[in-house]
Amino acid sequence: MGNISLGSVSIPITSVFKSLFTSIDSESWYYIIHNYRLPKAFTAILVGSGLGISGLLMQTLFRNPLAGPFVLGISSGASLGVAIVILGAGIFGGSLAAFLLSKWSIVIAASLGSFLVLLSVLAVSLKVRDTMAILIIGLMFGSITAAVVSVLSYFSSAEQLQQYIFWGFGSLGNLSWNELLIFFCIYLIGMLMSIVSIKSLNTLLLGENYAKSLGLNINQSRVVIIIATSLLAGTITAFAGPIAFIGLAIPHMARQVFTTANHKILLPAVFLFGAIVMLICDSIAQLPTSDYTLPINAITSLIGAPVVIWLLVRKRKMLF
Amino acid sequence: MKGTNQENGILKTKNLTIGYVSKTCKKVIAPNINIALQQGELVGLVGANGIGKSTLLRTLTKVQEQLSGSILINNKSLDETSHLELSKILSVVLTEQPASKNLTVFELVALGRQPYTNWVGNLSTKDISIIENALLQTNIQQLKDRKCFELSDGQLQKVMIARALAQDTHLIILDEPTTHLDMYHKAYILKLLQKLVKETGKTILFSSHEIDLAIQLCDTMIVMTNEQVVSDEPCNLILNGTFENLFPKDLIAFDEKTGRFRIKK
Repeated sequence: MGNISLGSVSIPITSVFKSLFTSIDSESWYYIIHNYRLPKAFTAILVGSGLGISGLLMQTLFRNPLAGPFVLGISSGASLGVAIVILGAGIFGGSLAAFLLSKWSIVIAASLGSFLVLLSVLAVSLKVRDTMAILIIGLMFGSITAAVVSVLSYFSSAEQLQQYIFWGFGSLGNLSWNELLIFFCIYLIGMLMSIVSIKSLNTLLLGENYAKSLGLNINQSRVVIIIATSLLAGTITAFAGPIAFIGLAIPHMARQVFTTANHKILLPAVFLFGAIVMLICDSIAQLPTSDYTLPINAITSLIGAPVVIWLLVRKRKMLF
Repeated sequence: MKGTNQENGILKTKNLTIGYVSKTCKKVIAPNINIALQQGELVGLVGANGIGKSTLLRTLTKVQEQLSGSILINNKSLDETSHLELSKILSVVLTEQPASKNLTVFELVALGRQPYTNWVGNLSTKDISIIENALLQTNIQQLKDRKCFELSDGQLQKVMIARALAQDTHLIILDEPTTHLDMYHKAYILKLLQKLVKETGKTILFSSHEIDLAIQLCDTMIVMTNEQVVSDEPCNLILNGTFENLFPKDLIAFDEKTGRFRIKK
């Protein structure tokens, strides 16, 4: 609620309530709230919780506290797709360029990019027995795509580069209700797959050999976890850009606060923390009462990093 | 070879050859292993480093495939037993530590119930009483709410044994359960295994380097040497001089009277 009332145009919180539930105070406020701030708040909730949960899945699967939603190269795949569209648009010119730079084409490019990288990682992961090898392979795919992006940037104009960099800042706004609906559907599938994985995630806490001795089908649960992560992190990157930090930090926050590794508690905790932190970050990024909006990617790290450092220093022990 | 009472055998191997397969060659670690584990026996597996104890245990627990021969578990071929079926017959305690120690002792032991719980892993009252019983049998009820990272090596080993008990299987296989423990806790853990065999009628197979302790406690011992794999009662193995051939003879010798190895003067 607080998030909705804050923005470049200041709207009193009482009017926000009125506008949401009963009558209309002012046409323009109604418009701002229903078509801009409400979808943005929803996006923040989906992005925060989705990234937090995919980070949690990756950290447990790879038994690595440094893993995040993007370790499998999902965001670098998306960046590559977007880079090809934005930086490559100049080559085609004319109406094709105009089409290429529309928002949908960027969403599609990001999805295609992350999907292709993901498919390669999945194909390799079916061949490789060792989970740690998958982690390294994901990182390698990331550096390959990063290299291609830098080659593309070298040949592009300053204007195109700026547009690409702006995409990289991440943005929660600009989503219409229709786009949000598609976003939500894919998010829901990813979320359901994560919930189904709770039991295997808990089993994996013992290590893969123990998990196998408990009758867990390691390959199958690994694929389900990887697909869930990709659906969540992939769509989020496609619609909101590569939002950093949340995926890595939120699971640590939840572990420190609840001092448990049990996913039956962690999953809802991460969901809540992710949504709340993202809403707070977004409210700050709006710079209430001013005309500027800061890049969300900067805020998540500026706010989140000190919180995680504080939690770790206070407890003196990293729980994993 | 103990050939009697074959129908009670919970685990039986026939002409089992273990080893590794790579693209270029087959590396045989030990050929022609014929052993049978009976219900309610404590069985110790001994042998020098690198002789293939772990390979044998990994093969028996279906972590790796045998090169040839067959393994029967509950009179059914291991190849035809799925991992889920196997998890209700056989539980393990491995040398590796759990990946996360940010679990309470109760939570970790409760993971032993995974093969029986529903899709989200909820514990029924029956599950909880089995877990409580496992904590009781290993004498760690007072540690129940402690986190695993707070425990000593000896305590953690008891927790891992309790987890295997909670899995409610006829057979428990432990890979070197006494490593990293002091002399008292080595004896304590092995004595605990003996007590569990007597109280529950389970079959427990463990590998160990504590040959003198194993001789005193085990019903049967499996001795792996370069030439052969022998399984028999400890006293018969001493009489037959099997332990003499366990290690190279330049440094230590087996003393039949005390049942221990001594450094050669």
